[in-house]
Amino acid sequence: MKPFTQHTGLVAVLDRANVDTDQIIPKQFLKRIERTGFGEFLFFDWRLLANGEDNPEFELNQPRYRGATILLAKRNFGSGSSREHAVWALDDYGFRAVIAPSFADIFYNNCFKNGMLPIQLTEQQIDDLFARAASRPGYELTIDLESCRVKDPYGFDVGFEIQSSRRHNLLHGLDDIGLTLQFESKISAYETARGIGQ
Amino acid sequence: MSPRTMFQKIWDQHIVHSQPNEPSILYIDLHLVHEVTSAQAFDGLRLAGRSVRRPQRTVATPDHNIPTTDRSLPIADPISRAQVDTLRNNCQQFNIRLYDLNDFQQGIVHIIGPELGLTQPGMTIVCGDSHTSTHGAFGALAFGIGTSEVEHVLATQTLRQFPSKTCELRVDGTLGAGVTAKDLVLYLIGQLSAQGGNGYVFEYTGSTIRAMTMEQRMTVCNMSIEAGARAGMIAPDATTFDYLRGREFAPKDIDSAIKLWQELPSDSQAKFDRVEIYRAEDIEPQVTWGTNPGQVISINQPVPNPATLGDETEKRTAELALEYMGLEAGKALTEVLVDRVFIGSCTNARIEDLREAAQVLRGYHVAKHVQAMVVPGSGAVKREAEAEGLDAVFRAAGFDWREAGCSMCLGMNPDQLRPRERCASTSNRNFEGRQGKDGRTHLVSPAMAAAAAVSGRFVDVRKWQFKE
Ligand code: SF4
Repeated sequence: MKPFTQHTGLVAVLDRANVDTDQIIPKQFLKRIERTGFGEFLFFDWRLLANGEDNPEFELNQPRYRGATILLAKRNFGSGSSREHAVWALDDYGFRAVIAPSFADIFYNNCFKNGMLPIQLTEQQIDDLFARAASRPGYELTIDLESCRVKDPYGFDVGFEIQSSRRHNLLHGLDDIGLTLQFESKISAYETARGIGQ
Repeated sequence: MSPRTMFQKIWDQHIVHSQPNEPSILYIDLHLVHEVTSAQAFDGLRLAGRSVRRPQRTVATPDHNIPTTDRSLPIADPISRAQVDTLRNNCQQFNIRLYDLNDFQQGIVHIIGPELGLTQPGMTIVCGDSHTSTHGAFGALAFGIGTSEVEHVLATQTLRQFPSKTCELRVDGTLGAGVTAKDLVLYLIGQLSAQGGNGYVFEYTGSTIRAMTMEQRMTVCNMSIEAGARAGMIAPDATTFDYLRGREFAPKDIDSAIKLWQELPSDSQAKFDRVEIYRAEDIEPQVTWGTNPGQVISINQPVPNPATLGDETEKRTAELALEYMGLEAGKALTEVLVDRVFIGSCTNARIEDLREAAQVLRGYHVAKHVQAMVVPGSGAVKREAEAEGLDAVFRAAGFDWREAGCSMCLGMNPDQLRPRERCASTSNRNFEGRQGKDGRTHLVSPAMAAAAAVSGRFVDVRKWQFKE
């Protein structure tokens, strides 16, 4: 997994709550059997009009957000289906981090398996960021996972919380399965005690 | 030992390893697998040269992608076919039991698990699917996981997990005639909102829940995720044990198993992190009006005015939802016409659901402008329904009678809404585009769906004139 240490990038905004994974990657694109190539289908039904052209109304299509790597969203981002394809699509499109007031559980977990950083800030801080992004085209944020802070060059500088082992694994790009297999003897002992696998 | 909730008991029993500030390594008893979220996990195993640690604890079936029409024909969509073929090959290579497309026990993964007796009290159960919460109806800790976690379970038969907070949802009293388990859970989600359960595992308690059949309990636990909860669970009791007795994979010495299962319910002094209390008498037949399951009202309430809802974010979400749904504030749902009716999904495609719908349909025919279909949740449900003659009732009423699968719950197969078509659906998600691009989904109970099919619009099923 690719590590996440520090990142500075353009911020795109998505002013909606409860953005569900059916929107992030609609089901017709779940039939692929690879992990890659989902980026072009990100937010497909919102991004494209029926005739296949870009929907100019949709935030990510605005020229000022092209090339964004940080997504700013409203509460309960990533609700619904467990599909990890949602994270793969955000990642493939170029996002490295999502900032929102709250996330749905499974989506939040899935981020960490793919080097994507979900950052939870307060509703107030999020509103502040929305206002800043709106008033300054080309608005960028710097995320530092070492110190757990999000900053802009204009005085925004807040800390965020993240579970320490998740932070550690993300900083070092550690693969969960490898970590767990260090405890294989304990798994075997658990199974033996319960007569599993005999 | 201090009093513990059922969640804590099951959690404690499954800890392989734990240390402060780290996720615990939790043993997984049963891993269910389907075609859409597993291919990349098996690929990951191959790339790393790993094997499946406990293939006997893994069970697979294709359900999401498959056609509900004639099964003797190959799957027409080549990409769907490739995905189902991939599952078959992976199961062969890794020695995993597969209920394949033409197996008489095939069905939606959350329906066949309980049917086969695989789902049992006290277990940890996972699947790359958010509605794994269904299995909590048996007093199991069951939750959905992502594909990376699927790979982790395949390789290690464990998961790294942080414990959730616990929330007791207590419902006491008797549901009125025509008010179902589906109405109850929709009502709870409406009260809690679509994110109200984030970070929690629900335990449903109270006399209303105790009086429910296993199938009704599964409907309730199934939709826990729609309030954002990680899982939903119900303490096992005589109803649970009776359901399990004699099922193919239930313990052979079930009486000894029952003794252990009786230890599972939360201790009377156990502390939940949160408790919410409801009265069954307050619950009326529910219909969703928006694009998440928390946007729900009773059949006799008007569509809400966004201006009266919560904060700015809530208001904007509601405005977007009304626009998408083609509804105006203040409108009565009983004036809203439906084009399609879907009876199916892991929420409401078990035999009792089909009986409930058929009861309403007997002696009636669907409205002229309505296209309606029933998709049984499994091959077993389908055969049971046919043996009871329910298929004849549905067909006589003008419904399509299909093969088992997820079907129009998510429209990955050809069963989809066309743009702006309005559907009364017994499934669990009314998200934008869920049942087909620009389709408009209203979640309801099977009885309400059947009544809407006949009337061509939403009606209060409590006023239904049953013919037989
Ligand atoms: S029926 Fe619907 S919700 Fe249930 S597993 Fe299938 S797609 Fe998911």
